[in-house]
Amino acid sequence: MQYAILCYSDEDVVGSWSKEEDEACMARLMTVQERLHKEGRLGPVARLLPTTAATTLRKGKDEPLVLDGPFAETKEQLLGFYVVDCASLDEALDIARELTEANPGPGSYEIRPVGTFVPWTLPA
Amino acid sequence: MTDMEWISQALSSARPRVVAALLRYFRDLDRAEEAFQDACLRALKAWPKNGPPRDPVAWLIFVGRNAAIDQVRRSARHQPLPDERVLSDLEDAEEEMAGRLDDSDYRDDILRLLFVCCHPDLPATQQIALALRIVSGLSVKQIARAFLVGESAMEQRITRAKARIANAGVPFDAPGPVERSERLAAVAAMIYLVFNEGYSASGGEAAMRVPLCDEAIRLARLLLRLFQSEPEIMGLTALMLLQHARAAARFDTDGTVILLEDQDRSLWNQKMIAEGLALIDKAMRHGRAGTYQIQAAIAALHARAKRPEDTDWAQIDLLYGALERLQPSPVITLNRAVAVSKARGPEEALAMIEPLAPKLSGYFHFFGVKGGLLMQLGRCAEAREAFDRAIALANTSAEAAHIRMHLDRLESEAASPSTATPSA
Repeated sequence: MQYAILCYSDEDVVGSWSKEEDEACMARLMTVQERLHKEGRLGPVARLLPTTAATTLRKGKDEPLVLDGPFAETKEQLLGFYVVDCASLDEALDIARELTEANPGPGSYEIRPVGTFVPWTLPA
Repeated sequence: MTDMEWISQALSSARPRVVAALLRYFRDLDRAEEAFQDACLRALKAWPKNGPPRDPVAWLIFVGRNAAIDQVRRSARHQPLPDERVLSDLEDAEEEMAGRLDDSDYRDDILRLLFVCCHPDLPATQQIALALRIVSGLSVKQIARAFLVGESAMEQRITRAKARIANAGVPFDAPGPVERSERLAAVAAMIYLVFNEGYSASGGEAAMRVPLCDEAIRLARLLLRLFQSEPEIMGLTALMLLQHARAAARFDTDGTVILLEDQDRSLWNQKMIAEGLALIDKAMRHGRAGTYQIQAAIAALHARAKRPEDTDWAQIDLLYGALERLQPSPVITLNRAVAVSKARGPEEALAMIEPLAPKLSGYFHFFGVKGGLLMQLGRCAEAREAFDRAIALANTSAEAAHIRMHLDRLESEAASPSTATPSA
């Protein structure tokens, strides 16, 4: 079974770390990642930019609505995620719109820039 | 990270929202600050034992408010009340508070707290000092250090600023849309002042003042989280991130400023650049250009260029043109001329800045740019004259040293005229 592990914390606190504190934390996490990678148990890892950089596409009755900021509703749950490579936010929004069309159900898509991406791959 | 480190970071990140809410209750800055201090002391005792509360901000507001009310009662009755009475029913209360306070409550509270600091009666330096003390919670000592003044002088400055605000009265009515946007603009300007106080420092001062840049970015992010759809707040945050990203490359080991085109771009902070670019991308979608957004867009073009020669000067020229229309100023025209010289040649740039002479006759950069353009055109005698004026107007020894370097080059070219290459 593959699991996605989603990380939650206070971005104000993490954002106020000094460069040294941040790097020390990343180095410790990298040690864990490298071990898991050697064991063939690690897929891609991403660190996201702050929620202030997020945009949300919310599916409504008519055209999907573009809202500034992160997904904030508590009535819906996280069902999945994509990582896409785009030249601009507009391109990412176009892809999200395509997804809303392909997916008949309601829902929202939060578009958040990825800060660091480590393309570890699980063995096929 | 130890519990205590985590708690102290959580307290400082909660501070603006808590003090802002307490200010609404007490309508008195000193009382709000004291109540916050009180709540922090209780948090330091309670959180390691019980674990951090689900909503630290709501916890601190509730405890701070009760502690202050308790204080008032105590001094009224001249007899102490048991502390436990305040703490005993915390659990329910926290839930109630968390339910009642959402971002829309915080929005106007925080805006008010920041707006109080930009009272028009206060000179810029007092606005900055007050914001750092009240909103960011830096100690008087830290602020004094950043301003390079003594602690008691800074203490006095802050006390005077507070007294002036108390006399002027804090605006407690909920702002209307127009008022809110005016407050937001004033607060944005104040945050950018804090940033520039840090950014404009050089030499040995720079290291001490860098925290001001970090703090300004933190305040801008806080504001952006509350006003998510304001393109100018996105622009301001992006602008500061993109400028601050260059911090490690801006000075040499002697503390002398290194110009943009001579900086080691591998030292630029790519994480900050990525965040800045994402924000400017977001802001542009609104199609409501403003001065922060345009300046950020200019900074973004520099950040995107892998090498100085990859810089899209034509686009920068256009952006400065847009900035000139929104905010006509000879300094902006001067900056535009630099872009014009790269995109269309020094002759056109020189024609652009010549009319600015009467307005900028006391401005170091005017003569620096003018000398540079004349030098490119091979008009050495005039260039030397402009550089001499620049040196006389230099604000720092680093600025003077930079111009002297150009003069030296002129001398050596004059000594061997065959190497001089007039481009016109």
